Amino acid sequence: MKLFVSEGNPHCLKVLAALEVTGVHCDVQYVNHEERVVPFLSRPALPALLLPGGLHLFSPNAICRYLFEVSGQDATCIKYSTIVSSLHSLQQNPLTEAVSVADVVLWAALYPVLSDPSLALGERTSVKAWFDRGAVMHSCQSAAQKVLQGKGLQGMKIFMQRQPAPQSSQCRGTQPCNSNPAELKRLPHLSPLKPHICLFPISLPQEGKRNLLVTSALPYVNNVPHLGNIIGCVLSADAFSRYGRLRGWNILFVCGTDEYGTATENKAREEGLTPQQICDKYHVIHSDIYKWFQIDFDFFGRTTTEKQTEIAQNIFWRIHKHGFLLEDTVEQLRCENCKRFLADRFVEGICPNCSYPEARGDQCDKCGRLINAVELREPQCKVCRQTPVVRSSKHLFLDLPKLEAQLEQWLDKSTSTGDWTANAKQITRSWLRDGLKPRCITRDLRWGTPVPHPDFKDKVFYVWFDAPIGYLSITANYTDQWEKWWKNPNQVELYNFMAKDNVPFHSVVFPCSLLGAQDNYTLVSHLIATEYLNYEDTKFSKSRGVGVFGDMAKDTGIPSDVWRFYLLYVRPEGQDSAFSWADMALKNNSELLNNLGNFINRGGMFVTKFFEGIVPVMELQQEDKTLLALVGWELQQYIQLMDKVKIRDALRHILNISRHGNQYIQVNEPWKKIKGGDTERQRAGTVTGVSVNVACLLSVMLLPYMPAVSQTIRDQLNAPPSCVNTMLQGTGTFVCCLSAGHRIGTVSPLFQKLEVDQIEALKKRFGGQQPAAVPAAAAAMASVNGVDPEKAKQLTQAVTEQGEKVRALKTQKAEKAAITAEVAKLLDLKKQLALAEGKSPEPAPQKGKKK
Amino acid sequence: MALRELSSLERYLGLKKPNKYSTQGDNKVPVLQNTNGPPVVGLVTVACHLVKEAKRLELLGDSAESRAVVQQWLEYRVTKLDGCTKEDNKTILKDLNLYLQDKVYMAGNQFTLADTFMFYGIHPLIADLAIQEKEQYGNVTRWFDHIQHYPGIRHPLPPVVVLRNKIYTSKHH
Repeated sequence: MKLFVSEGNPHCLKVLAALEVTGVHCDVQYVNHEERVVPFLSRPALPALLLPGGLHLFSPNAICRYLFEVSGQDATCIKYSTIVSSLHSLQQNPLTEAVSVADVVLWAALYPVLSDPSLALGERTSVKAWFDRGAVMHSCQSAAQKVLQGKGLQGMKIFMQRQPAPQSSQCRGTQPCNSNPAELKRLPHLSPLKPHICLFPISLPQEGKRNLLVTSALPYVNNVPHLGNIIGCVLSADAFSRYGRLRGWNILFVCGTDEYGTATENKAREEGLTPQQICDKYHVIHSDIYKWFQIDFDFFGRTTTEKQTEIAQNIFWRIHKHGFLLEDTVEQLRCENCKRFLADRFVEGICPNCSYPEARGDQCDKCGRLINAVELREPQCKVCRQTPVVRSSKHLFLDLPKLEAQLEQWLDKSTSTGDWTANAKQITRSWLRDGLKPRCITRDLRWGTPVPHPDFKDKVFYVWFDAPIGYLSITANYTDQWEKWWKNPNQVELYNFMAKDNVPFHSVVFPCSLLGAQDNYTLVSHLIATEYLNYEDTKFSKSRGVGVFGDMAKDTGIPSDVWRFYLLYVRPEGQDSAFSWADMALKNNSELLNNLGNFINRGGMFVTKFFEGIVPVMELQQEDKTLLALVGWELQQYIQLMDKVKIRDALRHILNISRHGNQYIQVNEPWKKIKGGDTERQRAGTVTGVSVNVACLLSVMLLPYMPAVSQTIRDQLNAPPSCVNTMLQGTGTFVCCLSAGHRIGTVSPLFQKLEVDQIEALKKRFGGQQPAAVPAAAAAMASVNGVDPEKAKQLTQAVTEQGEKVRALKTQKAEKAAITAEVAKLLDLKKQLALAEGKSPEPAPQKGKKK
Repeated sequence: MALRELSSLERYLGLKKPNKYSTQGDNKVPVLQNTNGPPVVGLVTVACHLVKEAKRLELLGDSAESRAVVQQWLEYRVTKLDGCTKEDNKTILKDLNLYLQDKVYMAGNQFTLADTFMFYGIHPLIADLAIQEKEQYGNVTRWFDHIQHYPGIRHPLPPVVVLRNKIYTSKHH
């Protein structure tokens, strides 16, 4: 018998509690939410119980009843239980009877609702009393811990987001908290907790608050994201969103996979699946990677939904109605061999602008100019290398020139009032300077949003028209009230995070689509673009195996928070930056371990060792006040910078604070003073107390960067949860959260050292097959046979030099003995060289040896 | 609909006196007024209650496992099957088809209440299927045909034809 459960899944509460209450002997296995344990169910159903007879139970209620019955307890519960009667009567009924399956099932089902401290139960005090009695039961507590892992209701968030969108008109069964009390008596009917009981109120813009809609550029589903993609888009957006929530802003952070396009079609053909299946498969890969990096999306969706088609076609028709579309016959490259019109990325040729030989059909990688595939010189079909022919096809164009005036007017306002990054403004300006031309928004493909216009019914929308609309449709899949975010420019500020190559589409093409649709759409207020992240001194390349890709980061054994820290530390803000293993190790060891970790750990350790785990009394002297002022100033700088999305610079201030802290401790030597007289001990106490409070502040400032570490620090210091929300309000105030007498928890080191050999090994693993360096396999083999290319190089040099020497001696007709000696050295060197090159060390016949 | 199912069940169980039912709520949840206790509410609960009254406990399963399985499918009927959308139909039929691959009845080898109520619940779905679709979900169709021929179960629902009309005898195929 085996019970399958998943973390964060509220349905698992009742089965785990039942298991504990009944004491039935059963294996428990934790699996992912998507795991399909029950073989005949199409959708994953957890929890599930594999019965001894081989059948599966997928109904949590049935599982509970079975457990109770098997343990010999009554599972029928037709009769009243006292609990139930008190649910609708106001009389206090003591829990006289033993816990029945009814109690367990009801308690667990109601747990997500009743455990919320903000829920006002009002008159239903007996309900609360009954619930609390269940809550203190060990079995229930243990179940709650296993399911929620101490995260409270937030632990259920991921599970809830994966539930299918609720049917609006369905009202099957009874909802526990709203149902008629009489219905509640018949416990077997309690349907499992329906996802559309809103535990996480859908974020909507609120009056009087700053409402931020944060998007990250939608990653293309087919590509596994690498570190550069991650820092450029989702990680930057995540750091900023987390910060914004701490500031009390009302934030909605959405993203998703961009799934339409030929690449998916081709991949599908390769793998023998449908495009939809490919997208399903890769969407999960993306989702898992971002989950590992702790990216806290409010919703991570997809572009292949009905809403996408609906909204895209709506915008299309509006643009059409307002006369911003042009029709034209376009010449396109068609590969007669592959029998299809070639998508831009499947044509390669010579750039008409800069003569770069590997220019792609839509954009030249070298000069960045947007081109039309037919303009390429010597085009080739990337798949079969045949020369494609030019064929005509009717297409629709977005009349950008007609919208130029409106666009410029809006751009002037937005770029001047908003926090656009310098590169974004620059790129946009140069686009406008070059002059806007009509852009084709349709393509002759099959996997895409269909064009609803009857004359173009076999065509789909071009990805750069269609994909940004994904932001809207993903939001629409999150809430029906998406228009409150997207058609609300007065209340909502839109932040777009992306890498610089996406800028023109977000600052010109997409806003033009929205302006042309004339539907009061929210346009981007702050466009945050990063430069490129390089890998060591080259570019990331999946095909050549160069660089770290999302799913590999996990395998390195380096924690997610450390990755986050380093990527944000080297975030390419003003210019390209590079990921370097050596540098990551250095930053980890120097900044995280020796600076940050050291300071935080010391404060806590002193409290534990010298003050029995209780924060001592603090009497602030001038010196302490100076430190507090300094810390306060750094905090204000941090806030000012983060408000402007200067994520990398803000991080420096965190490190400054811990540096000041370390110095402060160093100067005051509390470990010595604690052994001294009263005044000295008082000093030690103050310094220690101030240090842990600074540590507490640091934990809050660190939250956007390293959420897990941030929480760990607070757990170790047993800090009150309220401190998270207070210190970053307004211009920032450093508050004393851990006052004298506060008991802290168990302190332990936060970070581990990254050793040199570990880093070297990782660098080699991700170095790929580069012609310049020796391939890893060959190098491994070399060390076994004594073949050593480095040495070979040196020896070649030595041989040449020695050879010169011998020749010189012979020319000079020097002493025979001397010549012989030098020749012997030369022969020896040659032998070593041969070994180092892996050749046979047979001496080559020497010319003139016998003379 | 629920009331008709219950009266059909009563007849099947051979209960002498038909009960008086009322409904409550928008969903018309059946309520049985009990003379010696509080009212019994809900289709499945009433059904179980009737079975116990008629002392036919084997209809609820004859072992702990089968009892749990029966309850599971009864719950499934009320929560997933009732009020499902057209999109869900396909999934439901597919899942059931897989499930019934190696089973004669919903709970394995015994006829139980699960068969009765799943039959009633799925009847409208099956009735709407074309012959080819019925063949596609072969196991469901087999089970369905089996149950609908069970004495006393099908009525008042119309019979659903599951076999193709054989114009020619098997010799000519």
